[in-house]
Amino acid sequence: MSRKKSKKSVDKDGLRADGRKPDGLRPVKLEVGVLGNADGSAYIEQGKNKILAAVYGPHELHPKHLAQPDRALLRCRYHMAPFSVDERKHPAPSRREIELSKVARWALEPSVFLEYYPRASIDVFTEVLQADGGTRCASITTASLALADAGIPMRDLVVACAAGKVDGQLVLDLSDVEDKKGEADVPVALMPNFNAITLLQMDGQLTSTEFGKALDLALDGCRQLYTLQKEALKSKYIAVKEEVEE
Amino acid sequence: MAARIKQKRIAELISEGRRLDGRKMTDYREVNVEMGVVERAEGSARVRLGKTEVMVGVKVQLGEPFPDVPEQGVLTVNAELVPLASPTFEPGPPNEDAIELARVVDRGIRESKAIDLEKLCVVPGKKVFIVFVDVYVLNHDGNLIDASAMAAFAALLNTKMRKYELKDGEVTIKPGYTPLPVMNHPIAVTLAKINDRLVADPALEEEPVMDARLTITTGKDGKICAVQKGGDGYFTREQILEATKMAKEIAEELRKRVVKE
Repeated sequence: MSRKKSKKSVDKDGLRADGRKPDGLRPVKLEVGVLGNADGSAYIEQGKNKILAAVYGPHELHPKHLAQPDRALLRCRYHMAPFSVDERKHPAPSRREIELSKVARWALEPSVFLEYYPRASIDVFTEVLQADGGTRCASITTASLALADAGIPMRDLVVACAAGKVDGQLVLDLSDVEDKKGEADVPVALMPNFNAITLLQMDGQLTSTEFGKALDLALDGCRQLYTLQKEALKSKYIAVKEEVEE
Repeated sequence: MAARIKQKRIAELISEGRRLDGRKMTDYREVNVEMGVVERAEGSARVRLGKTEVMVGVKVQLGEPFPDVPEQGVLTVNAELVPLASPTFEPGPPNEDAIELARVVDRGIRESKAIDLEKLCVVPGKKVFIVFVDVYVLNHDGNLIDASAMAAFAALLNTKMRKYELKDGEVTIKPGYTPLPVMNHPIAVTLAKINDRLVADPALEEEPVMDARLTITTGKDGKICAVQKGGDGYFTREQILEATKMAKEIAEELRKRVVKE
């Protein structure tokens, strides 16, 4: 395969390979209450990402020595299905997945009233069924909806979105291709009603000014997604209401 | 873990702009960097940050490249929280804390392009040098990320590679060494948020009191190359921007401790 200079990621009209503007989100579909057994669940499609989240709890914690006397333990698992990527991923949790499970937990923890359930555990599972860049953010957005769907008392929803730099241009919500050839990626999670940033990571190279702009771009993406998150949550209850009234 | 009463005192002091060990908010603890502490390793360093102590050994070995980057050498970072370093560390495979530590150190080195991986290619797609960076925490007194990142960077500066000869695609090792091609000088600086204020280089007794931490790694040109937020609290946009400024300033000072002009 010859290495020809690939097409610019942002063309002269300011549009990206998939037709988006630099500050445009990919098409998002959110659904709440999609799994029968879970206490709460949600599903997201964002670009080609397909991610399921389920919440079990609050329930009794095993093993018991992990119990916290003053609050519930929030446990998170971020996991990718072996078939979610081009080259089969070994099903055992990778180091990347272990780190992302940890930062996802830290992203969600500030939003949950864990002190209401001492000694209990609340378990959040996210499974990436198909990955297309930005899976950690989409998982957090979905997991927060699943927590709300489980009826767990929360201060706010948590919504996450990444911004980054591709071909010298700051762009929102990087796709897999953009992430791989991009110069930087800044995933951010936000509790919109508190302006509280609960996840922040970055890799790549940005000047302080660019970093500030990328952060603002990501926060803007979070606020756009927050509207969709609220709609998804409401539409489940509208559907239930219609069912009851019939 | 610090007693509750001590934790309360730490938080109170910080709201007055003071710290239990007498430091100012942006003060870093005493830093001591030693290079070449293990002769058997191709590169090594020991960093003391207050009472925190981290040793890093670098081994460079021939191996196969990743198929998606056939013309680049390989960097792998591993961290061990060995049980002799703290009563809270248990033997066994790396837990999530050790994995996070290794991945944050890795990101700083990789994203700043500290190592010129293209120069580590011997036979494209077949043979490259693999740089194993092993972080060994020897004494845990807080802020393991910064101490580990600094020790890893110092060890890389100190790393030498075997000279080799290439004949008909066969690699033979020759006597003598060349230095590892180092292109950037990443320095990680961690700021902790306690009582809604930012403090640099949290000590062990401050860590249970912090709401969250933010680690910002900058390169020698002042560009930010890695960020990691940790802990179950949050930051505001303004705090993050303030932290990036603080981290950059502190890193410039710390860099002089490792890179002697």
